[in-house]
Amino acid sequence: MTLALVADVIDASYVDGPGNRYVVFLQGCTFRCVTCHNPHTIATCPTVGARWIDVADLHAEIAARAPFLSGVTVSGGEATLQWGAVHELFRRLAADPATSGLTRLVDSNGDAAPEVWDVLASSMDGAMVDLKALDPDVHRALTGHGNDRVLASIRQLHGLGQLTEVRLLVVPGENDTPEQVAATGRWLAELDPPPPIVVQGFRRAGTRGVAHHLPEATLAGLDEVAAGLVAAGLPESAVHVRGAAALATGVPVTVTVSDPA
Amino acid sequence: MGLEEHRHTIRAVVADPTLTYRQRIQALALAAEDVLEPPAVSAECAEALDKGLICDLAEGHAPHRPRYTLPDYQRALARGSEFLELPPPTTFDDATTFLLALYGNVPSITGYPVWFGDLDGLLEPFADELDDAELHARLRRFWVLLDRLFPDAFAHANLGPADSRVARTALAVHREARQVVPNLTLRVEPGTTPDDLLLDAMRTVAAVAQPHLVNHPMMVADLGARYGVVSCYNSLPVGGGSHTLVRLDLKEAAHRHRGPASSFVVDTLPAAVELTAELMEARIRHLVERAGFFEHSWLVAEGLLSLERMTAMFGLVGLAECVEHLLDLDGEPGRYGHDERADALAHDIVRATAALVGARDLPYCEATGGHALLHSQAGLEADVDLTPGTRVAAGTEPGLYRHLQAVAPNHRWFPSGVSDIVRLDETVADNLQAAVDIAKGAFGLGMRDVTFEVANGEFVRITGYLARRADLARVDAGHGVRHASTVLGAGSFTNAHLDDRRPQRVRSPERDARPRR
Repeated sequence: MTLALVADVIDASYVDGPGNRYVVFLQGCTFRCVTCHNPHTIATCPTVGARWIDVADLHAEIAARAPFLSGVTVSGGEATLQWGAVHELFRRLAADPATSGLTRLVDSNGDAAPEVWDVLASSMDGAMVDLKALDPDVHRALTGHGNDRVLASIRQLHGLGQLTEVRLLVVPGENDTPEQVAATGRWLAELDPPPPIVVQGFRRAGTRGVAHHLPEATLAGLDEVAAGLVAAGLPESAVHVRGAAALATGVPVTVTVSDPA
Repeated sequence: MGLEEHRHTIRAVVADPTLTYRQRIQALALAAEDVLEPPAVSAECAEALDKGLICDLAEGHAPHRPRYTLPDYQRALARGSEFLELPPPTTFDDATTFLLALYGNVPSITGYPVWFGDLDGLLEPFADELDDAELHARLRRFWVLLDRLFPDAFAHANLGPADSRVARTALAVHREARQVVPNLTLRVEPGTTPDDLLLDAMRTVAAVAQPHLVNHPMMVADLGARYGVVSCYNSLPVGGGSHTLVRLDLKEAAHRHRGPASSFVVDTLPAAVELTAELMEARIRHLVERAGFFEHSWLVAEGLLSLERMTAMFGLVGLAECVEHLLDLDGEPGRYGHDERADALAHDIVRATAALVGARDLPYCEATGGHALLHSQAGLEADVDLTPGTRVAAGTEPGLYRHLQAVAPNHRWFPSGVSDIVRLDETVADNLQAAVDIAKGAFGLGMRDVTFEVANGEFVRITGYLARRADLARVDAGHGVRHASTVLGAGSFTNAHLDDRRPQRVRSPERDARPRR
């Protein structure tokens, strides 16, 4: 029996990868991001709401939803902290004809050892990695940690052909200066072929503490960042602004989506 | 109603400043029709009609044309029309001109055609001569004329299941035009309808809340390949249609029931079904035998409609309240969509009704074995605390999968249509593949009809048709609007608290020629 410490699951999400996805949010994270929209998932010990679930049970739940899904995303917290459970879940999904057609993605902050990715490479279809900031000082200010391992993860996953996308969370005034955007664009443009780059905006929903005083991103601001990345050498076709449809209609961008109870 | 009352009604219509000329003529015609005595029925049936157990949906006292007609446009294009004095068209422009001329001569309950046909199937043979830009420009003009000549959101066009240039271009035009006419349905068939076309449909849903999706293999199994989806998602035989639509209010039936919930389908339902069928039969006989529609219509003379392709629609409404009341009688409260026991009872009631309707012979329904087709009816403006059709009660829908699990088992029993609205979070607009996934899952679950609702600032779904918010506001302010259907939607807009962001939870009339404000 393999157990996973699960903060929550969402059985129909449209914001955690392509198509309708079953999302498992694992408990525990290595970063302490000021912008975190799921702060209750940070603690690595069982907290209120988190529960140990047998991976076999997770698999059964997903199998029941499979006809409605494009795939499964394991998020967090930081999914790779429980890489053994993730690997086991993915192997089970791949082995069962009812679920083998689902894509298996990891949503990660990138703070994982290379050995972890070597293991997961055999069971996942890819990873979506956050790059909170290219500048290590800004990264430390936003997350409490440096970004050496994040940058290494992005390079390694790219080499493995499993870098599904790199996500840039724009925090206005923090990581969106023209210099930072240009440097980030140049660094990402060195990856050949360039991975899909997703530009998304910080929203206060779900955050706590100091984040309530940070300004939210605007559609114009995200477009500007996207333009800066293209100017730095990334092909336009690789850069996507997410939440654009919702921002354009004035509908709040929700971070995670579940059916209203 | 005495003569003075009729005069009063007609005076009010004549002087109503908000009606367009066409709307006024339509209202006057109905007022004149209602001076006549309705088709004779038993005292018991009249009482049921009077108390609202059954309802003829304001069809009028003297049925003189079928409620829904689906002329065989394919045949007309192939043979030309003596009545219209038009030869078979040979070019795209000739074909659209031919169709517009034909539409203008198609009767239905609304005064406008309720069906424009399978537009891709009709027009694709003429599209080869056009490059993409020409096709787009011509379809765009055609779209403008559909909306301006037939300003009624019940008027329905069908696309699919196969991919085609016309289908793709029509979806693109529909996104651009931002019109409520035509109402639009895409027929979906696994293996035939490519994912990419479904994705295009979802792109259109996100922009303009259309098209509706229908399970093509399921429809073909029930009605044959020649079917069309008209008005508020009513599926009917092409070359015929439905004489009438009468609905049974299951909530009222439940309130008339005495005894345990389990005996409802045995002790109360059969008599209620019979009263509904009695009214249907009286109306059908009036249309066919007294008004003689099938003896004098040019559409029949030219083989575009025939009595042999006709059926009738038996509507159901208020299943949610019916189940709730019956379970209360048992002292074991439960809600459809939330409790397994309530779901099971709901499914039993629908199945039992289908059996009763299938066993009740009705005249002139040869197209469907001599009996009516069951239909989940989407509501009337005047409905209060009554859930449309067999939907889960408005505003109380459970999570996506639980919701579908509750409603899907009903779908097989409604060959003439059942619309359950699947509401998608607005974030789906950035990830339309998710909507495609859910549509495929829903069809896999045995759903016949899938209506998606994506939060949208401009379009409001009333029952199965759309209205634009700005137009509804105009009606509210006492102004006239071009679409008769928008006038109908306006009352619902207020009653259903659409400003509380439940645009899809609306009840309203499918048709009522007398605007109420």
